[in-house]
Amino acid sequence: MTHAGFILAAYLVSALVVGGLVAWIVLDGRAQKRKLAELEAEGIGRRGRGEGGT
Amino acid sequence: MRQKPARPKKNAMSVVNQLANPTRFLSLSARILPWLAAASAAVLAIGLWLALFVAPPDYQQGDSVRIMFVHVPAAWLAMFCYTLMALSSIGSLVWRHPLADVSAKAAAPIGAAFTFLALFTGSVWGKPMWGTWWVWDARLTSVLVLFIMYLGLIALWRAFDDPGRAGRVAAVLTLVGFVNIPIIKFSVDWWNTLHQPASVMRLGGPTVHPSMLWPLLIMAVGFTLLFLTLHLAAMRTEIFRRRVRAAQMRAAVQPAASVGRAVAAHG
Amino acid sequence: MSLLAAIIAQTVRLGIRAGGGALVGLIFFLAVVAVVPFGVGPDLNLLSRIGPAILWIGVLLASLLGLERLFSADREDGSLDLYIASGEPIVLLVLGRAVGHWLATGLPIVVAAPVLGLMLNLSPVALGAVTLTLFAGSPALTFIGAVGAALTAGLQRGGMLIAVLVLPLSVPVLIFGVMATNGAVYDPDPFTAPFLILCAFSLGSAVLAPLAGALALRVAME
Repeated sequence: MTHAGFILAAYLVSALVVGGLVAWIVLDGRAQKRKLAELEAEGIGRRGRGEGGT
Repeated sequence: MRQKPARPKKNAMSVVNQLANPTRFLSLSARILPWLAAASAAVLAIGLWLALFVAPPDYQQGDSVRIMFVHVPAAWLAMFCYTLMALSSIGSLVWRHPLADVSAKAAAPIGAAFTFLALFTGSVWGKPMWGTWWVWDARLTSVLVLFIMYLGLIALWRAFDDPGRAGRVAAVLTLVGFVNIPIIKFSVDWWNTLHQPASVMRLGGPTVHPSMLWPLLIMAVGFTLLFLTLHLAAMRTEIFRRRVRAAQMRAAVQPAASVGRAVAAHG
Repeated sequence: MSLLAAIIAQTVRLGIRAGGGALVGLIFFLAVVAVVPFGVGPDLNLLSRIGPAILWIGVLLASLLGLERLFSADREDGSLDLYIASGEPIVLLVLGRAVGHWLATGLPIVVAAPVLGLMLNLSPVALGAVTLTLFAGSPALTFIGAVGAALTAGLQRGGMLIAVLVLPLSVPVLIFGVMATNGAVYDPDPFTAPFLILCAFSLGSAVLAPLAGALALRVAME
């Protein structure tokens, strides 16, 4: 196959970028859900629940 | 108060209004997401197999034409994503749709990634085809400008503390920058460029041979499904992020005892 | 005095006084143009060929200075709130500030450009052409910059962000500015078409930028 290196580079970097994007979105999503669960566990809930708050 | 109709009309506006509730959006997207992800994986797998093993090598370029199957969908999506952001921006500014700036903010990093991919794969394709990694012709320059615009938008979002204000300001900038999209599309027609002119989306139909057109279109569909999956997931994350922020702000005004507990827990 | 004239006059006064940014902009322009031969080498032929481009880039960078303060001061001391409450069109404020900024900061730089062009060994034709294109195109740079300033008004460190936002939009102005200058100097290249496009950019941005800037100021105040 001619130009194999170029083709490999293109597909490999594409896979890496897409993979990195997927990983970032998944991990970020989990981090936010975890933080929200922690806050809610302390009673700092959404409107109407939790103590105090404006 | 408007009177509730006997049977709610199912049209586009009512669907959009139903989705305006973030909680409802979260439950709907949670159900759609696995299917979207599976569909994009499947279509991309088929597309990759077609692109790498079934499509014939080009009589001029040899196998390096296979880079087209990643480069062109990435470029299409880079522009599609910015268009989506522009529409979201209109939704933000004109209709104040609650999820509009969530949609715009979630889309920006994804669009930036696809633009980078288009630039990188294009460069890697250009070296064997044209003999150069880069050339300052109209198409490449305007896509590079698009990439910088994406980065500027991401920076603008991060510069504001209040996500609501950030979204509205970013919406104005997105709309101002939308002028670049038709420039990218028509740059190869208006100027004498090294980048080849349009061969798929043109009046008179595509000039690409079917044996290469089908893998290209399937890869494009796969990439689009992937984009929608990622966008939906990122929107969900952004909604959670805003809820976390709101909860943290509420915690900050609570009595000292619970704040002490919160501080101890977060360590 | 009409409102617009008053705003322009105030902006010019603020820009010219010490710490206002006009003088600093001029000195920055000189510094940028002076630095390039150190990097590129003193070959006069090369300098005269890229001279118009260097001057254009210098004007672009120097016009970014002072944009940060264009609307921030109004926001901070509350006069923007007063202005909006008064019911006067915000587009007038944006237009007036942009015009005033160009008069105080942009115009002196355009006047200085042919003087600096002598240092870059530009021919008399090139000197005249670059000054003319800068005069026609620098308002576009200022108006586009005003949109960036309106978007980031109130941010603490908005300065570099303005540059990132404004530079992509300024690229077409730069391209046609240099193209027109080269068109005047080198025979087969066209001059009229790029020059007219440059004028169109300035006139068009004079209309569109106040609209976009007013919208940006309004959403930033909510």
